[in-house]
Order: sequence, then structure tokens, then C-alpha cells
Amino acid sequence: MIAEAGLVALWLAAALAFLQLGLVAFGLAGKKSELLEAVRPVAVAQGALTTIAFTALIALFMRSDMSVLLVANNSHSMKPWLYKFAGTWGNHEGSMLLWVTVMGVAGAAVALFERALRRDTHMATLGGQAAISLGFYAFLLFASNPFARINPPAADGQGLNPLLQDPGLAFHPPTLYLGYVGLSVAFSFAIGALLTRQVDASFARAMRPWVLAAWILLTLGITAGSYWAYYELGWGGWWFWDPVENASLMPWLAATALLHSVTVLATRDALRAWTVMLAVIAFSMSMVGTFLVRSGILTSVHAFAVDPERGSFILVLLGIYIGGALALFGWRVGAVREGAPFELVSRETMLVVNNLLLSVILGLVLIGTLYPLLTEAFGHKVSVGAPYFDRIAGPIALILMIVMAAGPLTRWRRDNLAEVGRRLIVPAVIAMIAFAAVAILAWGRIGVLPFLGLVIALAVAAGSVAPLWKRNLRRTPLFTWGMVVAHLGCAVSLAGMACDSAFTVEKLAAVRPGDVVEAAGWKLRLTRIVPIAGDNWTALQADMEASRNGGPPVMLHPQSRFFPSPPTTTTEAALLTRWNGQLYVVLGQEADQGRWQLRVWWKPFVTLIWFGGALVALGGALALVGRERRGWLLKWRGKAAVA
Amino acid sequence: MRKLLIWLPLALFAGFFILFASGLLKPDDRVITSKQVGKTLPDFTLPPAASDRPALMSRELATGKPRLLNIFASWCVPCAAEAPQLLALKRAGVEIDAIAIRDAREDVDRFLARYGNPYDRIGLDARSSVQIALGSSGVPESFVIDGKGRIAYQHVGDIRADDIPMILQQLEDAR
Repeated sequence: MIAEAGLVALWLAAALAFLQLGLVAFGLAGKKSELLEAVRPVAVAQGALTTIAFTALIALFMRSDMSVLLVANNSHSMKPWLYKFAGTWGNHEGSMLLWVTVMGVAGAAVALFERALRRDTHMATLGGQAAISLGFYAFLLFASNPFARINPPAADGQGLNPLLQDPGLAFHPPTLYLGYVGLSVAFSFAIGALLTRQVDASFARAMRPWVLAAWILLTLGITAGSYWAYYELGWGGWWFWDPVENASLMPWLAATALLHSVTVLATRDALRAWTVMLAVIAFSMSMVGTFLVRSGILTSVHAFAVDPERGSFILVLLGIYIGGALALFGWRVGAVREGAPFELVSRETMLVVNNLLLSVILGLVLIGTLYPLLTEAFGHKVSVGAPYFDRIAGPIALILMIVMAAGPLTRWRRDNLAEVGRRLIVPAVIAMIAFAAVAILAWGRIGVLPFLGLVIALAVAAGSVAPLWKRNLRRTPLFTWGMVVAHLGCAVSLAGMACDSAFTVEKLAAVRPGDVVEAAGWKLRLTRIVPIAGDNWTALQADMEASRNGGPPVMLHPQSRFFPSPPTTTTEAALLTRWNGQLYVVLGQEADQGRWQLRVWWKPFVTLIWFGGALVALGGALALVGRERRGWLLKWRGKAAVA
Repeated sequence: MRKLLIWLPLALFAGFFILFASGLLKPDDRVITSKQVGKTLPDFTLPPAASDRPALMSRELATGKPRLLNIFASWCVPCAAEAPQLLALKRAGVEIDAIAIRDAREDVDRFLARYGNPYDRIGLDARSSVQIALGSSGVPESFVIDGKGRIAYQHVGDIRADDIPMILQQLEDAR
């Protein structure tokens, strides 16, 4: 019954999306206000129905209902409850249901909470959201029904990929999807604005919180995903430039550019067409990413569902939505007047440079990701690896960081180059001191990129807090704090990346119980290897004692885990976090004569990477709350004044 | 100029769309056929892989009559699934030799006792060197060797029941 109820809710939601689109189309075309009255309730109902459908699927997974094909294929009755729950989206159909649920709920939120937008643009936006949702409903209902039954029911499920059996699965995909799919709101805003030709500052102010919210969640999702891959895959790396990682990075790059250009539009009414374009591109990148992941067109460690038929379906959706939006852009944007002009030395110019650099990185990542496809079309098979991306995107990202430090110190509209230079003196001095310090400490031992990365990270950290100098900190608006914290987060993250690639010490050893491995001042003694049993796995566990520079020993327990369903072995790295770095130990295979392979890394300050990512998201949250609270306060004061 | 810029994104997207569509519609070609097909077998001499079957030398395969050379391993699950089809080919009169890849004699004996033994001779290729010389990229694979010791045909993956007529035809064609 639950499965059927879920399916009915999904069909009803699709029907409501169709109705919503029709109401908007006829309401706006025929100027029929009574039709438009119904749009918002319909959008809310649609959001509720998608939530019901998704809840139904969660219930089926929690109950291990093996008469449902999806549950039988991807779950197992012996799994711990957390993985039954999170397993709901650990598969193709479930994750696509999460996709439409996020779209539905985001649409409902736009219907309920958006007050700043002009009414016709608001309605056109909801029409756009309904139109995109319809395609994905069709995809679910016709090509990936999550509620399909099997008869007779399976005796038990086939289990969930053990790599996914980790608390990370409960957090990373939903957060990422909220951001990834949340960008659909910005896309719909752009469609709405193009349809009603309202591309101006008030439109930008209305769109900004939605972009910010999606961007915060996307930032958190990527940060969490990076940390998860780091500790679960046991390679000691935190970013692999895998096509699926790039699929999440590309929307983030576009959304980051959008976040900045929307501020220019909101504050100075400039960059109109460009902002609309970015809003279209950001969600288009989400859709392209989904296509790349789901079609299996690129080989990836993440290739969950290699299915060309589904790929064709998504490709058709891409053609309709991206092609349609870009055609609408071409058709309508000519009618958008040029925005306000600005001087060469101004905050606007800095933000334009930020946008250009982010776009260049986006373009390079896109080309790198698709290059194997391109050459294959001409008969060559190649793969593009991390060295390309590091070498190409790295230097541009460093320049971007410098602009990031200078931008907030430049005034809107018009500034004086000498003045800007004077404000940058302190960061510049810090950069020179950092250069000297890093040169003395590590000259010749580290690469050029990590070297520059460290120097720039220190200078940018100083530069990013510079907007707070000589200000009354209690009177500084919350959104300014947000910007400072987010920019500081970028510097912190960069410092972590540079330290990791510059100073990581790696040691490979084969040891017997009782032997000691030494790495970077750490002494690790293997006490014994013991078999242990978990909920749905068994493991060989190494009991180890680690101590640094003769300090008190700490116990470490790296494992090699075996899961019977489906039969897989995973490595569970042991991590020991200290303020100045992380010790990362992986237990490998048994070598000859009772010796065990051990892989040990000492990674100085590596945790700064994710701490920085969290700071960036926190900064976004402060900016969002700051802007919204200001809106509420202004409204409240206005009401008080009227009273 | 502005007009051109406005339509540029759509034009770029059209290019990507065509690229995606061509990548998607192209048949998924993951089979890597050996460059050795049509050439004479590389020279090799392999020690016996099973206790009750003789060793394998490349010149023993040129007997004037087409033979099947099966590449397998006791640790390979598809090879176990393929065993009934090889026995059926044996019953149909096909002479089959084999190379066991990265294997041990006890394991091969156990495998043959369990799944049946259609082979005349089995050579042990402990380091996959002959496998690589043959241009074989995995197990199981089967080669049709004509009477002069030339590779006439390569079958990648396990032989399914409905492949049998095709294999017999290939053996016939190699005459």
C-alpha cells in the first residue's frame, strides 16, 4: 500500500505541475488574475505531494519491503537502520525522487515566502519551476519508477554498496542535492524575468537569498563529500578531479560567480544580461552533471547507473530546458536595457574580474571533463587526470584569491588606484613576510604552486579581515561579517591545501606485530591483528599505539572490512586529529611471513581544507540572515511608522 | 557584435548537445580484440597445469585440424559458468586445449574435478606472459586455431549456450 500511495502522490504532483504551468501560461497571456490566484496554492500542494512520495520511499526502505524492486536491489534487512534510511537515496531512482522532491519543496518555498518580486515575474518564475519539474517527473514515472513491485517478493535484498555504508551518506547527498537542485530556483527566476522583461535591481534583490541558500548548501555538500572521500576511500587524497566531483564543482563555480554578479545588479543595477546568463548556466551545470553521472558516458569511480536509455532521456531534457532557456535568452535579452555604467577602478570592476576568472576556471574544468568524450569522437581514447586540472586551474584560482582580497577594499562606482593601493599595504607586507618565512623554512623542498598557495593564503587571510579595520564591529552589518568570514574561509582552505601538498609525509611499510614504523616524528607500534565483527561486516583490525616525539601513546584501529552482501572489502582508515595535522593510517593486505602492509601519512594542517569550507558556508549563512533580517526590520519599521 | 554574443551560448550548447548525443548513441565498445588474430601463434612452451593432463607447446596446436584454445583460471567465476558449454563443444567433437592463467596445480585439479574437464592439454601461464603475447585481455577467452597454427578467431568473454553454433561455424570456416 505504501508503494502505491507513493506512486499516486508522485502522479498527482506531476499533474499539479502541469496544472501550475497551465495556470501561469493562460493567466499571464490572458491577464486573468483569478487563474494566477490559484498558482501559489497549487505549488505548495505539489511540494507537499513530492514530500509524501519521498517519505513513502523512506518508509519502504526502513521496513525493508522486499516486494519493492528498488528496496530488494539496494537494501538488506540486516543493515543498520541509518543505512536503510540513507539507502533511500543511495541509488538511481531514489536520488532522482530526491531531486524532484527538492524541486517541489523549493517551488513551494518560492510560492510561500517570496514577497519582494513583482507579481507577474513571481508567477512566471513558478511557471518555470513547474515546467522543469514536469520533465523530471516524466523521467521518474516513465524511466525510473522507484515504487515498482516485484512478484514474488525477494527473500532478502542485495545490500547497499559498502563504500556507501557510512554516516556520510546520510548527510552528503541530501545537502549536495539541496544546493545542486536548489539552483533551479535561480534558473526559474531567470526564465521569469526574461518572460516579463523585468531584469533590474529589485529582481536581483529578490533572487539573491535563493541563490545564497542554494550556494551555502552546495558548499557544505561539496565540503562534506570531499572529507568523506578522504577518509573512506583510503587514498589519503581529498579531491580527485573525477567527472562526478567536477559535476558538483561546476555548478558551484557558476553559483559563486552568480552570487557576486547578483550583488552588483542589486546594488548598482549593472551586469543585467550577464547575471541572467549565470543564473541559467548554474542550474544547467547541475543538469549536465546529472547527465554525465547518470548516463555513464564518462568512466568514473562514481558511475552508479550506466544506462544509455536513461541517458538519452536526460539528454532530451537537457535539450529542452537548457536549449529553451538559452533561446529565450537570445530572443528576449535584446530588450533588456544596458545597466548602469561604472568606472574602471571600482568594486564593480573587481567583481567583473572575479566573474571572468570563475568563468575561465569553469570553462577549463568543463573542457577537461569532456575532453575524453571529444577525442573519442575522433577515434582516440584519452583520459584527463589531476595534473591537468591542478596545473591549469591552480594558477587562475590563485589570481582569483588575490582579487578576492582586493575587491572588498575597493569602493563602489568609482575609486582611486592609489587609495586602493594604500588599503592593500598591510596585506602586501604580510605577503612579503610570508614569502620570506616560507622561503627560509621550505625553499627548494616544495613545489611552486604550494609555495605561492601558502604565501597567498596568509596575505589573503589578512586582506579578507581588512574591511573590518577601523570599523565599529558592533555596528558592522551582519552581511559584511558574512563576506569577511566567507573570504577568510577561502584563505583557510587554501592554506590547508597548500600545506597538504607541500608537507605531507608518506610511509609504506610491511610490519609484524611488535614492529615500529616511524614517520614525521610519529612512532607507530603494531600490537596485534585481531578479527572483529560489526553489524553486517567482519574485519581484520590492527591494534596500534601511536606517539609523537615520545608523548603518551594513543590507540589506533585501522581496519580492512569485509561485507558479505554484496561481497566487498573496504578499508577503514584510522585518523588521529591534532591541532597541527592529521595522522592517517591504512591497513593493507597480509604480506609474506606474517607481515602486514601499512600505509601511514602525516598531513600537517590538512583539516584546514574542510574547516575553511565550513567557514565559507557559515559566511554565506551570516550574509543570508543579515540581508533577510534587514528586510524584516525595514518592513517592521515601515509598519510601525504607518501605525 | 552584441547580437552575436547573445546567441553564442546557445550555439555552444548545441555543440555540446551533439557531442553528448554522439557519445551516447555510439555502441558501447568495451571489447578489445587482439591484434594477433590472423597471425601465427607466438612461440611458447608451458608446464602442465593439471596432474592428469600433459603440458602445452605452441607447435602442438598446429595439427592440421582446427582446435579451440581456451584461456581460463580456477579463480575465475565466469570460467566456471562457461564449463558446460565447453563440455558440449567437446561432445560435438571439438578438440580443446587450455592455458590456465596465474594458477596453481591443486586449484586447477579441484576446478576440473568440480566442473568437468574438456581439455586435451593444459599449460600453466603463471605470469600471464603467454596471455599477453596472445593479445588476450582477460579470462575467459577462446581462440580458434587453424590447422597451421594461425589464430583464426577470438571470442572475448565466456561462451554462452547460444554462442555454440557460431563457434562451431568458426571452427568449420578455419578448415
